[in-house]
Amino acid sequence: MEFTDDQLQRYSRHIILPEVGGKGQKKILNAKVFIVGAGGLGCPVGYYLAAAGVGTIGMIDNDTVELSNLQRQIAHNTKRLGVHKVDSAKETFESLNPDVKVVGIKDRISKDNILDLIKDYDIVVDGSDNFPTRYLVNDACVMLKKPLVSGAILRFEGQVTTILPGEGHCYRCLFEEMPPAGLVPSCQEAGVLGAITGVVGALQATEVLKIILGKGDVLKNTLLIYDALKVNFRRVKVPKNNDCAVCGSNPSITELQDYDAGYCRI
Amino acid sequence: MKLKVNGEDREFKDRTVLDLLKELEIIPERVAVEVNLKVIKRADLENHQLNDGDSVEIVYFVGGGTLESQT
Repeated sequence: MEFTDDQLQRYSRHIILPEVGGKGQKKILNAKVFIVGAGGLGCPVGYYLAAAGVGTIGMIDNDTVELSNLQRQIAHNTKRLGVHKVDSAKETFESLNPDVKVVGIKDRISKDNILDLIKDYDIVVDGSDNFPTRYLVNDACVMLKKPLVSGAILRFEGQVTTILPGEGHCYRCLFEEMPPAGLVPSCQEAGVLGAITGVVGALQATEVLKIILGKGDVLKNTLLIYDALKVNFRRVKVPKNNDCAVCGSNPSITELQDYDAGYCRI
Repeated sequence: MKLKVNGEDREFKDRTVLDLLKELEIIPERVAVEVNLKVIKRADLENHQLNDGDSVEIVYFVGGGTLESQT
């Protein structure tokens, strides 16, 4: 594949980086990334990956755009109220960059569809907004050995970690058991400063691009915690846990489950 | 005893991880706790004795998002 003149201009600031170059940019164009959620994190992650030229971006979300989303979900806009988020995101990302194909899935992710959905993608990004999905995505990625870049936000705090199954920790190595339903507040209950979704989403997109390029260190065995009020980044080391229920040496979870029992959904 | 809690020095008079969480007014179910890089199971928080020089990391569960938009 040769670059067109437009591509050489579009990606010139990438191609000039020794760590990227023409070869790296081609890797980005050939990459397939699946994003869970087209909301607070899915928007900035998808936006930067589209701008970077990631050739195929899969996105799953079952929701439509609401006014209360627009304080942070920057791929959507006021004219798209009521439109499915994946359709809105597709329009935004594909008009930003015609090299990008967005595959939008209007559905909820579940134990029955997740393996099929992610199997043809190189990397998975978790921008979901609830614990049952977070555990399901983690377990599926461990089972299929898919790299997973996980992000989460609440109030003024963000967390990012990169899971390379077989090489490092997984989400369950640290967060062994799901918190009891109702104890951890959601953004709807507790709020979130919109701009921190940009910080966390940009960190996730950067992790994805480094995995595609095979350059630099990623947040393997590390949870990065961003405290916006203190302007502090804390790195917590998370060793791979040999007793982990899904990625340990003798896993007790060998089949996917839906973990939403007891979690209220509206 | 002297502990390192989330990277910062802290004096601690009590004994267990659960005592430490109580002192910090943290609800145990809302966090994951590592002592010297080993994750302490929720059920073991009340039995796990802390020792001088231990390094403790307390990490909040963050799910994110909004109930109105659970994927």
